[in-house]
Amino acid sequence: MDIVLTLLTIIMTAATPLLLAALGEMVTERAGVLNLGVEGMMVMGAVAGFGGAYVTGNPWVGIVTSIFAGMLMSLLFGFLTLTLLANQVATGLALTLLGLGLSALIGESFVGQPGIKLPTFSGIDPLVPFSLVMVAAVSWFMFRTKMGLVIRAVGNSHTSAHALGYNVIGVRYLSVLFGGAMSGIAGGYLSLVYTPQWVENMTSGRGWIALALVVFASWLPFRILAGAYLFGTISILSFVLQAQGLGIPSQFLSSLPYLGTILALVVISGNKALTRRNTPASLGQPFVPDR
Amino acid sequence: MKKLLMAAAAAALMLGAASASASAEALKACWVYVGPIGDFGYSFQHHQGLLAVQKEFGDKVETAYAENVSEADSEKTFERFAREGCKIIFGTSFGFMEPMLKVAKKFPDVKFEHATGYKTADNMGTYNAKFHEGRYVIGQIAAKMSKTGTAGYIVSFPIPAVVSGINAFMLGAQSVNPNFKVKIVWANTWFDPAKEADAAKVLLSQGADITVQHTDSAAPLQVAQEQGKFGFGQASDQYQFAPKAQLTAIVDNWAPHYINSVKAVMDGTWKPQQTWEGMENGTVSMAPYTNMPDDVAKMATETAAAIASGKLNPFTGPITKQDGTVVGEAGKPLPDGDILGMNWYVKGIDDQLPQ
Repeated sequence: MDIVLTLLTIIMTAATPLLLAALGEMVTERAGVLNLGVEGMMVMGAVAGFGGAYVTGNPWVGIVTSIFAGMLMSLLFGFLTLTLLANQVATGLALTLLGLGLSALIGESFVGQPGIKLPTFSGIDPLVPFSLVMVAAVSWFMFRTKMGLVIRAVGNSHTSAHALGYNVIGVRYLSVLFGGAMSGIAGGYLSLVYTPQWVENMTSGRGWIALALVVFASWLPFRILAGAYLFGTISILSFVLQAQGLGIPSQFLSSLPYLGTILALVVISGNKALTRRNTPASLGQPFVPDR
Repeated sequence: MKKLLMAAAAAALMLGAASASASAEALKACWVYVGPIGDFGYSFQHHQGLLAVQKEFGDKVETAYAENVSEADSEKTFERFAREGCKIIFGTSFGFMEPMLKVAKKFPDVKFEHATGYKTADNMGTYNAKFHEGRYVIGQIAAKMSKTGTAGYIVSFPIPAVVSGINAFMLGAQSVNPNFKVKIVWANTWFDPAKEADAAKVLLSQGADITVQHTDSAAPLQVAQEQGKFGFGQASDQYQFAPKAQLTAIVDNWAPHYINSVKAVMDGTWKPQQTWEGMENGTVSMAPYTNMPDDVAKMATETAAAIASGKLNPFTGPITKQDGTVVGEAGKPLPDGDILGMNWYVKGIDDQLPQ
C-alpha cells in the first residue's frame, strides 16, 4: 500500500504543472484568444519564482513573483494582440522565444544556487489541493456564473457580445491575464516544488503539452483534470515498468504518455456535437469594434 | 510593434558571443557549445576550459564563443567564426560533426576540433574523454554505500558513451559486491529536470537507495537528498545542490586538452589527432569524496589513482557479457574501438538494451 501512495504522490507532482497551465489557457481560449506563449510564460514564472524565493528567502514570495511574471508576459501578449491587433499565433510563438531567452538572461546568476522548497503540510504540496480546487472553481465560474457566460459569449461571437454592450477587449484582457497567472504559478511550481533549482529551459516543453491538453479536453475543466492526471500516471508508470526490468522497449514507453492521453481524450471527445458546442468560435480572431 | 517584439526576442536569444579584446597578433580561439553555459553540467565545463585557456595565455590569445547552437545552426556559426579570423574552432556536440567537416574543407587554414565524434580531415581532429573511468569508481562507492544492494541509474540515450558508462559502473560495483543490482530507467532526454526527478523518485520507491545519472541536471541528486539517500553528480561538481547526498561527482575537465591544442596552433605543431584522455591527465577527475566513511573514501582514492597511473583499466578482460559470451583476453584491456562502439551489457544487468 505504501508503494501505491508513494507513486500517487509522484503522479500528482507530475500532473499539477500541466493542470495549472492548461486551466489558465482554457479560460484564455474560451474568451477567443489563442495564446501559444504558455511555455514562455511558464519559464518566466519559473525564473521569477526562484528569484523571488532566493532574494527574500521566502518561497511563498516566490509563488507571488511567479504569478506576477506570468501576468506581465500575458499583458504584453494582450497589448500586442488585443490593442495592436497583431496576429495571435505569431505573437504567441514570439512570446515563447522571448520568455526562454529573457529567463536565461535574468536567471544567469541563479544557476547553480541551491533552491528553496515550498513547505509541505503533512507531506502534501499545498499547490496540489490548490490546483484541484481551481478545477472546481473555474468550472463553476465558467458555467454557473454570469461572468463566465460573458466570457464564453465573447469567445463564441465577439460581434454579438459587442452589440449587446459587453466590453469584448476588456473581458479578453482579463482572461489573458488569468491565463498568464496560471502559467506563471505552474512555472513557479517547477522551480519551487518539483525541482527546487533554476536552470535554463527547465520547463522542457511542458507548456506545449498543456496547450495540447486544452484542445484535446474540448475546453472542459474536468477533462483537463483527467487529461493531466492521465498523462502524469502513464509517464510515471512507464518509469516503474522500466525499473522492473520487464524488457519493454523504453522508446515505446516514453511515447506512451502522449499516445495514451491523446487516445483517451479522442475517445471521450467522440461526441462531435459536444466538441463543436465547446470550441470557441472566435478563437484566434482579432476583434475590431466597428463603432 | 510586432516586429519590435520579434527583434527583442531575437536580441534576448542572441547567442552570447562575447569576445575579449586583445592585441592584433593574438591567436583567436573559438568555441561553439550545444547548450547554455549556465547548464552547470556539460557546456558549463567546456566553458571552464575556455576560461582556462584565456588565463593560461593572457593577451596572447583572444577567445570567443557561441552557446545554445543547434545542429542546424552550427554550420553558419562555424563559418562565421572562420571568417572572423578564428585560427582554431572547437565544436562540442556529436551532432556538429558533418557541419564542421563541411566548413573545415572551405577553410583549410583554420584548425577544427570536434568533441565526441569520429570523422577527421587534414585540418580537423577529434577529442573525447574516458568518462567510464569515473563510472568505475562510483560503482565501487555505490556498492559499499548501498544498504539494499541496488542502485537506480537514470540514462539518456543508448549511445556507446552511455552504455560503456553503465558497464563500467556495474564492473566497479561487482568488484565490491558480486550480487549488486542496478535498475535502469531511460529518460530519453539529456535535459529535463522534472522528468529526471520523476525517474529518481520511482527508482528510489522500487528498492534502489543510491541514484546515478547520465543526464545533465542535478535534479536526481536533489531527490536523493530529500529522501535521505545518496547519489552522484554528473559532469560538474554538484555538491551545492545536495550537500548531504552527493558522494562524489565525475568532473569533466577539458582545460588540459584545450590548452595543449591552442599551444600547438601557436607553435605551428598542430596536427589532426583523435585524442581520448581520461584520469591520467585530469580530463576526468573525481569531486571530493563526501558523506562517506573514511575507508570507502580511501578505497575510491586508491582506485582512481590506480586508473590514473594505468595500473587498472575498468575494461580488463575477460569480461562476461549479459548473454554469457566472454570478450577480451585475460589481463588485457579491451581495444579502444570496442569501448567507443560498445552496444552490449555486462553480466548482472537485468535491463534490456534499447536498440
